[in-house]
Amino acid sequence: MDFPILTLLTFSPVLATAILLFIKNDQEVVLKNVAFLSSLAIFLLSLPLYFSFENKAGMQFVESYSWIPAFGVNYHVAIDGISLFMVLLTTFLTPIVILASWNAVSKNLKGYLVSMLLLETGILGVFVSMDLFLFYVFWEVMLIPMYFLIGIWGGENRIYAAIKFFLYTITGSLLMLVAILVLYFYHGGLTGEYTFNILKIQQIHIPLGYQTWLFLGFGLSFAIKVPLFPFHTWLPDAHVEAPTGGSVILAGVLLKMGIYGFLRFCFPLFPSAIEQFTPLIFILAVIGIIYGALVAMVQPDLKKLVAYSSVSHLGFVMLGIFALNNQGVQGGLIQMVNHGLSTGALFLIVGMLYERRHTRLIADFGGLAKQLPVFTTFFMIITLSSIGLPGLNGFVGEYLILLGIFLNNKVYAVIAATGVILAAVYMLQMFQRTMFGKLDKKENQNLRDLSKREIAVLLPILAFIIFIGVYPNAFLKKMEPTVEALIQTVKDKQIVSLNPEKDLAFKNILNDEENK
Amino acid sequence: MSFNLFAISPIIALALTGFLVIGLSLVFSRISKSMLLIISLLGLAASAYFSLSLWNENALAFGGMVRADNFSLVFNVIFLIGAALSMMLAFSQHEGGYLLYAEFFAITAFATVGMMLMVASSNLLVIFLGLETLSISLYILVGIKRTEEKSLEAAFKYFLLGAFASGFLLYGIAFIYGSTGSLDLQEVANFISGTSIKDNPLMILGGLLIIVGLGFKVAMFPFHMWAPDVYQGAPTPITAFMSTGSKAAGFAAMLRVLFSTTDGTVSDWVTVLWVISVLTMFFGNIVALVQKNIKRMLAYSSIAHAGYILIGIVSWNQAGASSVVFYLLSYTFMNIGAFGVIAFLSTKEKEFIELEDFKGLGFQKPVIAIVMAIFMFSLAGLPPTAGFIGKFYLFSAAVKAGQIPLVILGVVNSMISVYYYLSVVVAMFMKQSDQKWPATGLISAVSLSLLLATAGTLGLGLFPSYWIEIFQKIVVSMI
Repeated sequence: MDFPILTLLTFSPVLATAILLFIKNDQEVVLKNVAFLSSLAIFLLSLPLYFSFENKAGMQFVESYSWIPAFGVNYHVAIDGISLFMVLLTTFLTPIVILASWNAVSKNLKGYLVSMLLLETGILGVFVSMDLFLFYVFWEVMLIPMYFLIGIWGGENRIYAAIKFFLYTITGSLLMLVAILVLYFYHGGLTGEYTFNILKIQQIHIPLGYQTWLFLGFGLSFAIKVPLFPFHTWLPDAHVEAPTGGSVILAGVLLKMGIYGFLRFCFPLFPSAIEQFTPLIFILAVIGIIYGALVAMVQPDLKKLVAYSSVSHLGFVMLGIFALNNQGVQGGLIQMVNHGLSTGALFLIVGMLYERRHTRLIADFGGLAKQLPVFTTFFMIITLSSIGLPGLNGFVGEYLILLGIFLNNKVYAVIAATGVILAAVYMLQMFQRTMFGKLDKKENQNLRDLSKREIAVLLPILAFIIFIGVYPNAFLKKMEPTVEALIQTVKDKQIVSLNPEKDLAFKNILNDEENK
Repeated sequence: MSFNLFAISPIIALALTGFLVIGLSLVFSRISKSMLLIISLLGLAASAYFSLSLWNENALAFGGMVRADNFSLVFNVIFLIGAALSMMLAFSQHEGGYLLYAEFFAITAFATVGMMLMVASSNLLVIFLGLETLSISLYILVGIKRTEEKSLEAAFKYFLLGAFASGFLLYGIAFIYGSTGSLDLQEVANFISGTSIKDNPLMILGGLLIIVGLGFKVAMFPFHMWAPDVYQGAPTPITAFMSTGSKAAGFAAMLRVLFSTTDGTVSDWVTVLWVISVLTMFFGNIVALVQKNIKRMLAYSSIAHAGYILIGIVSWNQAGASSVVFYLLSYTFMNIGAFGVIAFLSTKEKEFIELEDFKGLGFQKPVIAIVMAIFMFSLAGLPPTAGFIGKFYLFSAAVKAGQIPLVILGVVNSMISVYYYLSVVVAMFMKQSDQKWPATGLISAVSLSLLLATAGTLGLGLFPSYWIEIFQKIVVSMI
């Protein structure tokens, strides 16, 4: 494909930012409209990706130019079945988030919109980079707007949360930088070609000892991002303090970057280390599922509850992808999308309640169903999607993940399944306590129902929640070839490192492939 | 005996500029300040022009005592950039009143002459001569505000400690001369390769003393004591100038002395510098964490940066040497920029140097706050800035040399440093204050300096390739 669609997509938010800078601060309506319409245009621009994406493994929409030849750094972007939906999720959520923050941002609206759009560029960059250096640059660049979003437009404790978020993430990523450098020189020393091209680096076989350390370097960074228990402590703070829009993007896309990192880098590069660490990661993921659910159960604050439920849900995703079979990985991938939709929507719902009542405490609500029928309907469906009711999207992902993990390890499958039950407990409890019962609080008796804008915010998400639940194949068929190829590569390489004498044969296979 | 004036034309141009400025201000006592700046900038430009026209010539002068090789020419340009940006900063409202006289421009030019001499020679005595020219000029510049006690105290401290450091350097040179019979680095190198260094304790002592003398200039632990007080006490434009220029000159001289006298097989230096590097990084970063005064914080950060740069030297390979050059160029832009923001904001009555003073700046003056944030992110080493590429290059050279533990320590230090650089950003954008910033207006020269520094910081971050390739070539010619 000659048309540089990925570059255009990645950098058009920057272009929109440039336009915003020329609009005066006090023209808020114009600012909002420009930001919303341009993000909507970016979403529309990203749709052809889905339709012209061919159902096969390997990179598509490739663009590659030399950037820093002295280091062997290329501007190399492409997508495959794994990143396709992450890109689409990002472009889908950004206009929704901008629309949702229509009246929520009171100070420095321009800065908010600029940060949002720059964040979109950073995230898209992470998902499309096929060059480790480029990936790292986007990975760090994306931190800065998110840091500002939490720190400027956040709640009371925002500075603490913003710094904590920043320091946690940068700790991980700097160690990853060391690992990237080691990998770079190892590959260069072995092949004579110094490059950061991830597709080329994947082709070498890294000795087990190296793999362990490099995996730790990369893995820590990704585990913090996911977040995998016990690296999750930044998440509740960041989520609770971030403005609604920030929380949606954080939960919807940012956390997925950790999982994506595991799939894109750790799996093909360090397959033996994956094998080695899988038991540990299973244990941590299962702890995360149960722990997140239990902590969510006792939260008096709606936003915290949703934040901890994220820890639990992401534990599921980790479990799924490390099961390393078709069902598990595909389930994990689709669950990433689902979580982005349903948890994103939950944060929006909480944000809408907060805008009306300026509180997020469950105890302050009750009986809202009578007063807010439309809102309640939306909330109900989203809650059920988060629990995993058949017919809605959450079910597809959870079912596939549990199937995948069952094939791999029955004990963890059983424990993880209890997580589903716990999720039902805390979600339904929350829903019941806020929506049902008596409408006895005076402040709640005059709340207005959803406005047209708010319906417009939630409706597209709802549409996808139902669509994925009914026809997941639209998504699964696009990712399947890539997932199969990935699993095959990992398994092949694992066998090789178990039998070093086969190493040579493996290298020959690689050479043959190259010659093709 | 060749007497090639062409080879020292950049130095001559600069020295003449200094004299011209003083002479003009004597003859025309009412000459305007902007005129002085323009003349000085033209002088710097002429010097840069001569430097570039010497490119690839490898010209020698004074029987090889001064050499205009590409290595020294690149550094000439770095020094000239630093000097030009700092001179423009002197138009700050706070400092303008007492800085903008012919003396300031002339002495800054002389200091730059000293830096150029330091890197343009492979003769130890000429290096010393350059260092002294630089130092004496800086003593005057630091204390140029005669009415301010802090400034005088800083100048006096700097002078006393600096005199000791010069003494150490000279002492070291004497030992080297005594044990090898030569001051020329090439001959010293020949001597060393002919003998076993272990039999020659005076030689080792001499080498260590030279490291002390140069280490003082670049503010590396434990010869950093002067830096915080002097940086804080000196007028901001001068702090900007000396924190970047004298660091660059010191490291350039260190690179030349170490790389041309010892081959990679001599690992003793590496061990010594490894330890110093780690101590410098940790000391600078940890002490910077608790600073409330931004100038002081930048002083400790400057110590920490000396530690990072040492990583490049410890790598002891071509990539390491060129990464040092790249980092020094980046550092010139970002550090002068950071001090420049202080100069930009400060008014006649009040100097904005406390962290408290920056509260809420982002809401009232978003542009200057964003510019400051760019410099802070660059100093912290975040992409897409020069600081990131610089650090990346240093670390990659060290990984290449197998110094992975050192890189991990460097990375740990980067994490620590993020905290205090961010605290400036936090103050600017995330804290409210009732403070009203006086309208500073668009002070042309200071704004231009900041614009150039920002352009340099982002430009080197986004398109570093061209420079990296040049730097890789020049260090080859040196080694």
